[in-house]
Amino acid sequence: MSQTHRIDGGLLDRSRALRFTFNGTSLEGYAGDTLASALIANGVKLVGRSFKYHRPRGIFTAGSEEPNALVTLRRDGHGEPNTRATVTELFDGLVASSQNHRGPLRYDLMAVNDYLAPFLSAGFYYKTFMWPKAFWEKLYEPVIRSSAGLGRLSGKADPDIYDKGFLHCDILIIGAGPAGLCAALSAARSGARVILADEDFRFGGRLNTETMAVAGTSGADWAQQAVAELASMDNVRLMPRTTIYGAYDHGIYGALERRTDHLAESAGKPRQVLWRIYSKRAILCAGATERSIAFGNNDRPGIMLAGSVRAYANRWAALPGKRIAVFTNNDDGWRTASDLAAHGADIAAIVDTRDRAPLEAPAGATVAMGAYVTDTKGRHGLKSITLSNGTTIECDCLAVSGGWSPNVHLTCHQRDKPQWRDDIAGFVPGPDLPVGMRVAGAANGALTLAAALREGHEQAHAAAEELGFKPASIALPAAEDEAVETSAFFHVKADGPRAWIDLQNDVTAKDVKLSHQEGFRSVEHLKRYTTLGMATDQGKTANLLGLSVMAECNGRSIPETGTTIFRPPYTPVAIGALAGRSRGKAFRPTRLTTSHKSAEERDAVFVEAGQWLRAQWFPEKGETHWRESVDREAVRVRESVGICDVTTLGKIDIQGRDAAEFLNRVYSNGFAKLPVGKVRYGLMLREDGMVMDDGTTARLGENHFVMTTTTANAVSVFRHLEFCRQCLWPGLDVHLISATEQWAQFAVAGPHSRDLLRKVVDPEFDLSNEAFPFMACGEVTVFDGTPSRLFRISFSGELAYEIAVPARYGDAMIRALMDVGEEFGVVPYGTEALSVLRIEKGHPVANELCGQTTARDLGLERMVSKKKDCIGNTLSERSHLNREDGLALMGFAPVMRNEHLSAGAHFTSRDKPATTENDEGWMTSVAYSPTLGHSIGLGFIARGRDRVGEIVQAADPLRGKTIEVRIVSPHFVDPEGERQRA
Amino acid sequence: MIINHPLLGPRDASEFVYLGDASLIDRPDWQAKDAQQQFHDYLYLRDNPAGAHRELWFHEQGDRSWLVVTRDTITHEITNVELARDVALQRGRGR
Repeated sequence: MSQTHRIDGGLLDRSRALRFTFNGTSLEGYAGDTLASALIANGVKLVGRSFKYHRPRGIFTAGSEEPNALVTLRRDGHGEPNTRATVTELFDGLVASSQNHRGPLRYDLMAVNDYLAPFLSAGFYYKTFMWPKAFWEKLYEPVIRSSAGLGRLSGKADPDIYDKGFLHCDILIIGAGPAGLCAALSAARSGARVILADEDFRFGGRLNTETMAVAGTSGADWAQQAVAELASMDNVRLMPRTTIYGAYDHGIYGALERRTDHLAESAGKPRQVLWRIYSKRAILCAGATERSIAFGNNDRPGIMLAGSVRAYANRWAALPGKRIAVFTNNDDGWRTASDLAAHGADIAAIVDTRDRAPLEAPAGATVAMGAYVTDTKGRHGLKSITLSNGTTIECDCLAVSGGWSPNVHLTCHQRDKPQWRDDIAGFVPGPDLPVGMRVAGAANGALTLAAALREGHEQAHAAAEELGFKPASIALPAAEDEAVETSAFFHVKADGPRAWIDLQNDVTAKDVKLSHQEGFRSVEHLKRYTTLGMATDQGKTANLLGLSVMAECNGRSIPETGTTIFRPPYTPVAIGALAGRSRGKAFRPTRLTTSHKSAEERDAVFVEAGQWLRAQWFPEKGETHWRESVDREAVRVRESVGICDVTTLGKIDIQGRDAAEFLNRVYSNGFAKLPVGKVRYGLMLREDGMVMDDGTTARLGENHFVMTTTTANAVSVFRHLEFCRQCLWPGLDVHLISATEQWAQFAVAGPHSRDLLRKVVDPEFDLSNEAFPFMACGEVTVFDGTPSRLFRISFSGELAYEIAVPARYGDAMIRALMDVGEEFGVVPYGTEALSVLRIEKGHPVANELCGQTTARDLGLERMVSKKKDCIGNTLSERSHLNREDGLALMGFAPVMRNEHLSAGAHFTSRDKPATTENDEGWMTSVAYSPTLGHSIGLGFIARGRDRVGEIVQAADPLRGKTIEVRIVSPHFVDPEGERQRA
Repeated sequence: MIINHPLLGPRDASEFVYLGDASLIDRPDWQAKDAQQQFHDYLYLRDNPAGAHRELWFHEQGDRSWLVVTRDTITHEITNVELARDVALQRGRGR
């Protein structure tokens, strides 16, 4: 098959022929083609099937507003469904396939839907498939979903790279048509930093598709010259293939740049880049979009927008038909007839809804004034049209022009309401533009070429002046004010065949009327009920038609009916582009402790703790189950000594003359009198009285403290403390800095921990129980002078220490600790053993500090001082939080020793069924205790402290398990705390 | 959005964490007779103005200043940015 519909001329590089395939057929086009223009040049008319009725559809437009020509581009993971052929730049080796048909495109088995149309009107699925109820999810919905729709995803991971970036400029110019180019020249010559962005790969906009002259040369040539000048200027960034998709606050614009979409291979480069552009001023030069007219069977392949038909002929040298008819309500449609005639096409007829011919028709064309098209014929491609005067005209292409709608979208992203203008029968930007935005050219309703050039220049001039630049005075390029008179005609009112309004969603005029009849009278309801204006094109060619039908039903005008709200994005943005590089492991940073490498060498199994990776356990040779490793580690700590990296706990350095007073106010227990060289456990409340966090704080000096927080709350506690410091007590002399990553900290726990540390800490520091008792702290040196901090604190309940060294010594420190500990049989232990040890001791962690528990629930009510002001103490006294039947943190042991407890189980009395009404609390943490030889748990239960010894049910319906448990003290091991004081 | 930090100049809103109404600066006196009621109102009752709103933002990815930003809730226009510490001092908060 050769390029049967290719003519001379156009903006193509004919020296570069490009091969591509559509539905497996190999075809050829030229550099400069879009997929759509190449298909038209090859005489391909049928390119897809419609959403609901599976009607044959062809290319309808020449731009991003395309509703029909959606194809799947590329293959497998690279495949991208719903790509508009009209904006797909042709490249050698392009592979495209059509969508939404079963069997071949030409003989789609689902076309039967078209005959069922009377049953498939708007909202049919709400009405028809109601009963039986269970059938909806199992039968109706899957069937409807598989028969309707657009393209399908490959289901494979997208192998391409997407990126993000930030740009800054004085003036952002959106659209590089006549208005945009003129604006860019004026702005750039004034010295302002300019970004010029356009969705097309070739700058020029309609200058490339029209035959009108600018400054005595062709529009396309003038555009080329303007681009060449802009490209030579250092203060200008040209961004072709870039869609400005959203106008956000404070002059920030979202932009999607397609970097390698037009190449066969990305070669490791990003396929698309999502830019955030910070502008001081923006000039919207987005042009206008032509709209259709609704008439009987107006959706056949070969029926296209008139401006697009001549765009294909003028820019791409591709004739959409051999015998072309024009149906218009405005002067612009006539230009399609004259341009096409100039290319040698046979103009069959011009049908104008108005009474008076504005221009001269090409020779041989039938002119029907005051007439309209009522029906068409031709299943896979247009064959003839029937007019209101009864005549039938044979043609293979019908160019329809319903007038031009200014592209006001971005002006409305901050809730500006567009205003109706009778003279152009369209909406133009309203008075409340986004701050810093100006609008020029067709987007502003200035539909003639000369007006667009003038407005572009004027708006740029004004914007540059506002920013303090000296705009150069330049002569406007000469151009004509072409005829653009139009009439408000949207819809052929006849009881004929279905008239399509929204091609993409298969919404007909009848659907809009039905929606009104059923009470959906607001445009927003109309949109949601009929789906008019949804999906990839957002009704760019259709919305006004729908509004006109709706206005007619309401008996109101179009401006009274109003438009739906325009929201970003202007055209679709792939999720991949929004995600950028934040995929998989790169979704958030991974933080590694300084002992990570050493743990890896010991084959540690790691677990994610927030952003951190922590060693979960360290399997030894012969251990086949995680419990074997964890039990061994826990037992070794209780019997000898173990080492655990606790660096991930938040560390906040607090200094200042009022540091002690500050701590006294942010902790519920007293800190003012903590002696230097001592550590204290601190309980932190939220202002509402709930527990926020806990940890230990060490007083290293009179005015120097180090606070620890839980790993999970390190960031939020720091934020909270800064709030207290700056907003509540700005007069306190206190300063904070996060030191979590500056210090590598290790817990050394077990009866031999002191023996081990004596070999680490330099001998001048006395570690005896008398000199360095439980809860002591101090600055020491290790291994001959390395600075270090030592804390005698215990999470495991054993004699234990935590030792911190500057992070750069962390790796050396863990290796040295393990080496010197060898004689005591030291083990590294992970977060699982850590958890076993703390559950055995009844220490709460995040499971218990869940944001819904009070100090009283945790049995820590004595830690909320009544004698001082501190965050949370006033509201912690609310009566409901202090009820007699409130929850209490208790221990739980299985009645049958060999049974395993499960976290999340809920407690009920033995004699009551396990229902929500009988719920008395829940299990928060469980572990197997190697010390006790059975499963143990912590949990909250109503009136727990009065119920020690009672047996209750622990129901876990999720795992289908209910067992009996005995309520016990939460301190399973060494309740008196003798070991940690040894 | 862009927040014009009084010390650092214009910064992107993504560097900040939002807290809420700047009235959170006015923490009640714990020894007041009706302290519970006052704390309740302080913590839970907020105006929801359509227009100018003074609110607290934390420059977490920056210098860790708490700021009082006056923002129009309809247009997102920011008319004033102050250091929360200065505001707190002006409102009589001290030690």
